[in-house]
Amino acid sequence: MARVHLWSSLRRLAGGAEVVEVEAATVGQMLDALVKAHPGLAPAIEAGVSVAVDDEIIANARHSPIHPESEIYLLQRLKGG
Amino acid sequence: MTKHHVTTIVNGETVEFLTEPRETLLDCLRDHLGLTGSKEGCGTGDCGACSVTLDGVLVSSCLVLGVEAEGKKIETIEGMAAGAELHPLQRKFIEHAALQCGYCTPGILIAAKALLADNPDPTETEVRYWLAGNLCRCTGYDKIIRAVMDAAAEMRGVA
Amino acid sequence: MPKDNATGEFRLIGTRPNRPDGLDKVTGRARYGADIVAPNMLHAAVVRSPHAHARIKKIDATKALALEGVKAVVTRADLPKGLTGEDLNLQENTLAGDVALYDGHAVAAVAASSALLAQDAARLIEVEYEVLPHVIDVDAAMAKGAPVIREGAADYSVPEGMHPNVVRHMEFGHGDLEAGFAAADLVREQSYKTEATHQGYIEPHACLGQLGEDGRGEMWVCTQGHWYIRRMSAAVLGIEAANLRVTPSEIGGGFGGKTTIFMEPLALALSRKAGGRPVKLVMSRAEVLRATGPTASASMDVKIGMTKDGKITAASVNFRMQGGAFVGMSPIGEALPCAFACYDLPAVHHVGYEVLANRPKAAAYRAPGSPMAAFAVESLVDEMCRELKLDPIDVRLKNGAKEGTKSSYGPVYNRIGLVETLEAAKAHPNYAIKLGPNQGRGVASGFWFNHGGETSVSLAIGEDGTVQVSIGTPDIGGSRASIGLMAAEKLGIAYEDVRVNVVETGALGVNEPTHGSRATFASGKAAVEAAEQAIREMCRRAAKEWDIPEEAVEWKDGAAMPAGPNAGKFPPMSIAEIASKMGSTGGPISGHHEVTAEGVGASFGTHVVDVEVDPETGRTTVLRYLVVQDAGRAIHPAYVEGQYQGGAAQGIGWALNEEYVYGEDGRLQNPMFLDYRIPVASDLPMIDTVIIEVPNPGHPYGVRGVGETGISPPLPALAAAVAEAAGVRLRSLPMTPAKVLAAMRARKG
Ligand code: FES
Ligand code: FES
Repeated sequence: MARVHLWSSLRRLAGGAEVVEVEAATVGQMLDALVKAHPGLAPAIEAGVSVAVDDEIIANARHSPIHPESEIYLLQRLKGG
Repeated sequence: MTKHHVTTIVNGETVEFLTEPRETLLDCLRDHLGLTGSKEGCGTGDCGACSVTLDGVLVSSCLVLGVEAEGKKIETIEGMAAGAELHPLQRKFIEHAALQCGYCTPGILIAAKALLADNPDPTETEVRYWLAGNLCRCTGYDKIIRAVMDAAAEMRGVA
Repeated sequence: MPKDNATGEFRLIGTRPNRPDGLDKVTGRARYGADIVAPNMLHAAVVRSPHAHARIKKIDATKALALEGVKAVVTRADLPKGLTGEDLNLQENTLAGDVALYDGHAVAAVAASSALLAQDAARLIEVEYEVLPHVIDVDAAMAKGAPVIREGAADYSVPEGMHPNVVRHMEFGHGDLEAGFAAADLVREQSYKTEATHQGYIEPHACLGQLGEDGRGEMWVCTQGHWYIRRMSAAVLGIEAANLRVTPSEIGGGFGGKTTIFMEPLALALSRKAGGRPVKLVMSRAEVLRATGPTASASMDVKIGMTKDGKITAASVNFRMQGGAFVGMSPIGEALPCAFACYDLPAVHHVGYEVLANRPKAAAYRAPGSPMAAFAVESLVDEMCRELKLDPIDVRLKNGAKEGTKSSYGPVYNRIGLVETLEAAKAHPNYAIKLGPNQGRGVASGFWFNHGGETSVSLAIGEDGTVQVSIGTPDIGGSRASIGLMAAEKLGIAYEDVRVNVVETGALGVNEPTHGSRATFASGKAAVEAAEQAIREMCRRAAKEWDIPEEAVEWKDGAAMPAGPNAGKFPPMSIAEIASKMGSTGGPISGHHEVTAEGVGASFGTHVVDVEVDPETGRTTVLRYLVVQDAGRAIHPAYVEGQYQGGAAQGIGWALNEEYVYGEDGRLQNPMFLDYRIPVASDLPMIDTVIIEVPNPGHPYGVRGVGETGISPPLPALAAAVAEAAGVRLRSLPMTPAKVLAAMRARKG
């Protein structure tokens, strides 16, 4: 099970959980599983998030693999100049 | 509105155009003569992107009216190279990577040429103060100053 | 594919050839946004609100339309209804609806046969306003009783009971904050403020648009990203994206401010109303400053705990940012994770709020959010270093993030180069120069994530073996040169034999803009992959000619060669030879690469600045300036240095001079370069640079984006230097002479 860390304001939408464990092999599956487990997260995730899987920030790649032991962080969708 | 007929010499060639009295020289160059190398960055005399020389004097062409050009000699960026041969300043700007977006470049080249005509051996400080009326937002001026100094040295025959 | 950077030897990468567009740019031939004309073209002008906040009661264009030569007027009523989210934001910023939300907000636009006539006509459009109360300052906007800018705009994240102008909230962190602060010898808490600044590109926004009755159109525009222009304009106008063909002009600077639309749909809407005649729309400088891309203003609290020997035990921030009257525009989501990105902290906590104010819709500006965050955090670190009499570089080395550090925003860092920049700064001769009276030195570090993004590149071999690369990221600062270098390196041919073209939306798949420091990273990475693909095809053609297995052919020095024991003996077949025959060996040869580029490497930098403050006037002179930054690999070092120097200069402007000044009436008082004062040549010294190269494992040549990081450290570094030189710590920017002088006088009592 991959561990997904939520930023605090998301936690309220996930019943207070700081870390959600999901069964997923890709970033896309992970996001879908999150929404399935906590439908309240849907608007926040649809609004756009960046995902950090272990040591890499993945701005936008649903098919990027994640491993069972991956530590995942959701970040606000990042802009750039 | 009645238009005025203006005859002037641009980059050594006699040209004519019709202008409303309130049109700037910059607009006349760009819109009536198709010389779009001179740029507008502000329209208020603050950025130098529109620099040209008028009878040898460096001016912001956005602060000159088109009608004022009557009978005068104008030099713009389009006339800086001698045919296929670049002016040393132009060459040094490329070599020193003294431009990023390049929007300020025509005005700075014209201003730098006027400086070197006046002072062939300027100090760094003199170059900086002379070019203080030409804004560049990309480069931090470092490479621009170096390019001007290097071109000056070459033109003096010491480089 | 083996990583070329593993071998460490390059033919072209790291050299400084002339850029391919240099000649056009020094002769005035390069065509920027306002430099193009179309047959039968009209010119447009925009009517803008003179009020910070006002209900639009009536727009009457009768007098304007009565002028001979005036062809069309558009107002919000001409745009489709029913948009939501960011599309609605964009539409509302293009033209105000019922309410004008800031001084300069577009209300109507008019097209006429000349630019002067359009301006005359704009003055004849009568708008009746009912002025509403406004709010400008971020703290004032969230205080009780502040005028509400939009009811119900707050998203899910905002806690109950906050002012309706607070529209987003975020909070994150890790570790035990209380225990961390308890373990500190010194705990300090301070508040900091930065004013809004503008990207300040010298080229005003300009476009030429044409839209027919059939919904098909074209646009020529100065932009960092023409696919964004296409998608956004299509959404605002309710047309189909594929029917709009957008060609980017040369671009006179962007710095993030040209990643979005401001007025482009107006040219198209006017064109459609004027029977499909092309419409040219060029902003004045005042319009640029009043109505395009400023960055956010910020109000920030920082708390840090430190031991006597400089170890940071805990840290927290609370940031408030306004990004104008539109939701989602402040860079609060970037500012927070940037705040402590340079540090390895056992306990850290971030809280942030986005607040609406009656100001223009903010746009990205170089490392959005990072400069403000750096100003607050690095200033407090410096204050504590001085209080504890510790060297600011040593303290940063002691706490510096490195590979394996759990970042302040969560994930663990892979290979990064912060420590290397600190060590190089410490070893640099500038750091040892003795300072005189009224002089001071400041040090600060900075960070930017960098970005990959949607990228599509195509590479085609010409009949003579020269190569054309088509990219979709406009070249703002020499990226054609660096991408050409990488493609030529890969292909084993001369730099001069590769031509890199920035092509229009019809010629490639979707590309994100040149933003997030991604052009050299992502378009470069894709160009290398495309070259690899073309190389494989060329090897295949050679194998066929030689009648040997494909695997027995390798590519070396721009030619196919037999390799391995069974390959037989054939002379190398050059790219020119393969190209000359390609028509008869299977057809044209090209390579493509389409990807959402990942594998970006963060870029860290450390700056050292020396200043002198005139005790009589409070004026700060920058004596010397040093930028040390990790580029991963500098493909064209001159343009890497250029990014460092340009970023530093913008940061210096932000620190010392630049700010949006509003009057009591909520109107911008300095919408011109005379009063919005960006650094001029005589304000700056030479800017020394050191390029650190800690290759990014996610790029074939190790590239990290370099464009953004350099704008952040100048803000706190200058504040630290001024503190030492003048004996006063300024916690709000800019540090204008008047402000410094007042602080010095207050200290003397
Ligand atoms: S356009 Fe003339 S000085 Fe700026
Ligand atoms: S190179 Fe862009 S303004 Fe000077």
